[in-house]
Amino acid sequence: MNQKFTAETFPHNPEKATEEGKNKFLAFWLFLGGETVLFASLFGTFLALRNSTAGGASAAEMFEPKLVFIATMLLLTSSLTSVYAMYHMKNFEHKKMMLWLGITVLLGLGFLLLEIYEFRHYMHEYHFTIKSSAFGSSFYTLVGTHGAHVFVGLLWITTLMLRNGGRGLNLYNAPKFYIASLYWHFIDVVWIFIFTVVYLMGMVG
Amino acid sequence: MGTNTNSHQRNQVEIKYHRRKHAEEMKQQLISFALMIILTLASFAAVLYKDKMDPYFTVPFILLLAVIQLVFQLYYFMHMKNKGHSTPAFFLYSGVTVAVITLLTFLTLIWL
Amino acid sequence: MSSVAKKKPLLWDYLTTVDHKKIAILYLIAGGFFFLVGGMEALFIRIQLIKPDNTFLVGDAYNQVLTMHGTTMIFLAAMPMIFAFFNAVVPLQIGARDVAFPFLNSLGFWLFFVGGVFLNLSWFLGGAPDAGWTSYATLALHSKSHGVDFYLLGLQISGIGTLAGGINFLATIINMRAPGLTYMRMPLFTWTVFVTSALILFAFPALTIGLALLMFDRLFGTAFFDASLGGNSMIFEHLFWIFGHPEVYILVLPAFGIFSDIIPAFSKKRLFGYSSMVFATVLIGFLGFMVWAHHMFTDGLGAVANAIFAVATMAIAVPTGVKIFNWLLTMWGGQIRFTTPMLWSVAFIPSFVLGGVTGIMNAAAPADYQFHDSYFVVAHFHYVIVGGVVFGLFAGAHYWWPKMFGKILNETLGKITFFLFFIGFHLTFFIQHFLGLMGMPRRYFTYLPGQGLDTGNMISSIGAMFMGLATIVMLINVVYTAIKGKKAAGDAWGVGRTLEWSIPSPAPEYNFAQIPYVRGLDALWVEKMEGDGKMTPAEPLGDIHMPNSSILPFVMSVGLFIAAFGAMYNDQLKNHTAVGVLILGLFITFGSMFLRSWIDDHGFHIHKEDIADEGVEA
Repeated sequence: MNQKFTAETFPHNPEKATEEGKNKFLAFWLFLGGETVLFASLFGTFLALRNSTAGGASAAEMFEPKLVFIATMLLLTSSLTSVYAMYHMKNFEHKKMMLWLGITVLLGLGFLLLEIYEFRHYMHEYHFTIKSSAFGSSFYTLVGTHGAHVFVGLLWITTLMLRNGGRGLNLYNAPKFYIASLYWHFIDVVWIFIFTVVYLMGMVG
Repeated sequence: MGTNTNSHQRNQVEIKYHRRKHAEEMKQQLISFALMIILTLASFAAVLYKDKMDPYFTVPFILLLAVIQLVFQLYYFMHMKNKGHSTPAFFLYSGVTVAVITLLTFLTLIWL
Repeated sequence: MSSVAKKKPLLWDYLTTVDHKKIAILYLIAGGFFFLVGGMEALFIRIQLIKPDNTFLVGDAYNQVLTMHGTTMIFLAAMPMIFAFFNAVVPLQIGARDVAFPFLNSLGFWLFFVGGVFLNLSWFLGGAPDAGWTSYATLALHSKSHGVDFYLLGLQISGIGTLAGGINFLATIINMRAPGLTYMRMPLFTWTVFVTSALILFAFPALTIGLALLMFDRLFGTAFFDASLGGNSMIFEHLFWIFGHPEVYILVLPAFGIFSDIIPAFSKKRLFGYSSMVFATVLIGFLGFMVWAHHMFTDGLGAVANAIFAVATMAIAVPTGVKIFNWLLTMWGGQIRFTTPMLWSVAFIPSFVLGGVTGIMNAAAPADYQFHDSYFVVAHFHYVIVGGVVFGLFAGAHYWWPKMFGKILNETLGKITFFLFFIGFHLTFFIQHFLGLMGMPRRYFTYLPGQGLDTGNMISSIGAMFMGLATIVMLINVVYTAIKGKKAAGDAWGVGRTLEWSIPSPAPEYNFAQIPYVRGLDALWVEKMEGDGKMTPAEPLGDIHMPNSSILPFVMSVGLFIAAFGAMYNDQLKNHTAVGVLILGLFITFGSMFLRSWIDDHGFHIHKEDIADEGVEA
C-alpha cells in the first residue's frame, strides 16, 4: 500500500476507491444513524426535565444570547472550513487540506473553551451544577456529551494531521480524513438542535 | 483491501474538468453556509424579539429553521445529494424515525 | 508470508485472532459458559420454589439470583451465541472472505466477554445486582450494595461490543456479497442477521443512555430519577423498553432465520414464500420499534396510549403468523428427514406459537392488568425465548457444527438431549400459565401453602431438572464428538442449498479459494440441479489478502474492565485511588486506540501457490 499518487492518478472519489474505503464510508454513516438515536434519547430526557429546576435558576435567567451566538458561529464556520479541506483533498492538494483542517481544529478548540467558560460561569454565578436539579443533570449531560464529542473530534483530526503530515495523500488515509470530516459535520448538526432546543427555547421560556 | 481499483491516468483536460466541478460544488457549499448563517440569525432574532410575536409561533418557527439547517448540512456539507448515498440515507432516515418516535414519547408520555 | 508456515500457540492464536470463524468459536464457548451459569441460577430459583415457605434461597439473595438469571441468559448467553452463528455463517453464506471489519469484530467479542466477567464478579464483591434484569430506576437507585453498579457498567461495556458487531454485519452484508448475490437471493438466515443488525444499531443507543443516566444518578449524584429534585423514573422505563422490545426481536429473528435454513434443507424443498418471508422479517423489525410501552400498560400512561400500543403489538403477530404458515408449507410435500436440527425446528413451531398466542393475550391492555407481574407473563416470555431462541440455538449448533468444527454431533445423544429438554421445557413453563392465572406473583421468593400453588410449582421445578440433565447430555455430546466423531464432508448433511456447504468442513482460513458466482436463490442448490454441483468461480485464482491478527482488541477491553472498577468505587471523585484506576484503565484503552490509528495495518497475503497446497484443513 505504498502507491504514490499524482494529481493525474489520484482517483475521483478517493475515499471510496478501495473496498476498505467503501466499508468505512458506509459503516460511518450507519454509526451516525445510531448516534442520532443516542442524542435523541438525551434530547428527550432534557425536554422532559427542562422545567424541573428544583427552585434554582431557570434557563431564561441564565442563558446569554451573545455567548451562544458566538459559539454557534465558531462551530458552523469550522464545519465550512472542513468542507474546504475535503475540497482540497479531492484536488490532491495535500498542504491546503492540512491548512484548512488546522483552522477547523482551532475554531473547534475556541468553541470548547467558550463552553468551559460558560459552564464555570453557571456553576459560580447560579450554583447551577449537574447535581443541583433534574434540569441541571439533563442540561450538563446533553450539552456535555456534545462537548465530549467535539473534544474527541479535535483529537481525531489532530492525530490524523500529525500522522499524515509528512506522507501526502493516498488511498489509505483519504477515507480516514473524509470520515473525520463527516463526524465533524454531524457534531455541528447536533449543535444546531442544541442551540435551538436548549438555549433558544430556554430563553423563550 | 487497499488496492486501488482505479488506475486510470487522467490527462490535463480531465483534470481541469474535475477541478471545475469541484469548484462549482464548493460554491454551492459557500451559498449553503451563507444561508445557514442567515437562518441562525433569524432564529436568534425570533427569540430576542419574542415579545413582539405570538408565543405559539416562535418555538415551531425556530424548530423549522433548525430542520432546514439540518437539510443543508446533510445534503450539501455531508454530500448526501451526491450519488452513492442511497444506503446511507436510508439508514440515517431510519435512525431519524426512531429518534422522532423517542422525542414524541418524551414530550407526551412522561409526567408526574 | 504464507499462513501454512506460521503456527501460533493456541492461546495466543485465539487471543489475537480477527478471523470470523475463530471469533465464532470464542462467542460459542463464552456464550455456552454463561448459559451454564444462567442455567444454574434457574435451577436455584426452581429449587427454592419447589415447595411453599422454602428457605433454600430467600430475600435479597433470591433477588440477586433472579436478576442474574435474566441478565445472564439474555445478554451473556443468548446474544453471544446468536453472534456465534452470525460470525460462523454469514460471511460464508454471502461468499465473502471475512466481515467488513475483522479487527472491530474481535473488539466486539472481547468487550462483550469482559463486560460479562465484570458483571459476574459482583457475586464475589459484595453482591450481585438485585433489581431485576430491567433494573427500574426507583428500586435500582436505592440498592445498597454495588450490585447494580456492576450491572450498569458491565452491560455498558458489553453493549458497546454488541453495537460494534451490529454495524459490522450491516456493512458486511451490504457491501461484501459475492457477484450475482442480489438482496433477494440471500439465504433467509442472512436476511434475519441483516434486519437484526439494524435493530441493534437503533436500539442499543437508547439502552446506553438509560444505563448511563442511572449510573450518573448512583455514582455521581445527579437527579434524573430523583423526584425530590424534579427527576422522573418513567424516563428510565421508556429508555429501557425502547431498547428492550427491539431486543427480544434481536433475539428471536436470527432463530427464525436458522429455522428458515434448516427446514428447507431437511424437507428437501425450497423455502415456501421466500419474498413474503423477507417482507415479514423487515416488517417485524420495523414494528418492533412501535410497541415498547406494552411493558408499561399498568404505569398510568392512559387509555389512548395503551390502546395504540396494544393494537401495534397485536399487529406484529401478523407477519409472524405468515412465517409460521410458510414453514409449515415448506414441509408439506417435502421429503422430511428427522435429524436433530430438524427435530428442534419442528418442535419450535407449536412451542413458539403457544408463546405467541399468550403474547396476544398480554397485548390486550385491560387483560394485562391481571397478567402483569404474574407468572402468566413469565410463562409467556419463556415460551417465546426458550421455545424460539433456545430451540433455534440448539438447532443451529447441530446444523452448523460440522462447518465450524469438521464433525457432526452424535445424533443419538442429540436426540436424547432434545427429548429431555423438550419434555422438561413444557413441564416447567406450561404449568406456569395456570400458576399466574391463579394469582402467583413473579419475582417473589416464596409462596404460602394451601393456595393451590404447591403442585404446579413442584411440577415446574421437576421440569427444570430435566432441562439441566439435557444440557449435561449435550456437553457429553460435545466432548464425545471431539474425541470420536467422524470427519464431515464440505456438504456435511448432503442436502446443502446455500454457499457455506460448497466449501470444506471446517472452512479453510480464507473461506473461498475463489469467490463464487451466484446464479440464483439457494446458490448451491441451483448448481446441483442445473450444473455440476460445484460453484463457478467469479475471479481467477490469485493471492488472497488477509487481515493481520492483533492483541489490541483484548488490551482495549481489559482497559475498560480496569476503568470500570475505578468508576464504581470513585465515591463522587473523592476516592483518589479509584479515580487513578479509572484514569489508568481509560489510558490503556485510548492508548490502544491511538496505537491502532497510528500504526499502519495493511494485512498480509496468502500466496496462490499455497492455496492449492493447503487442501481441506485450515
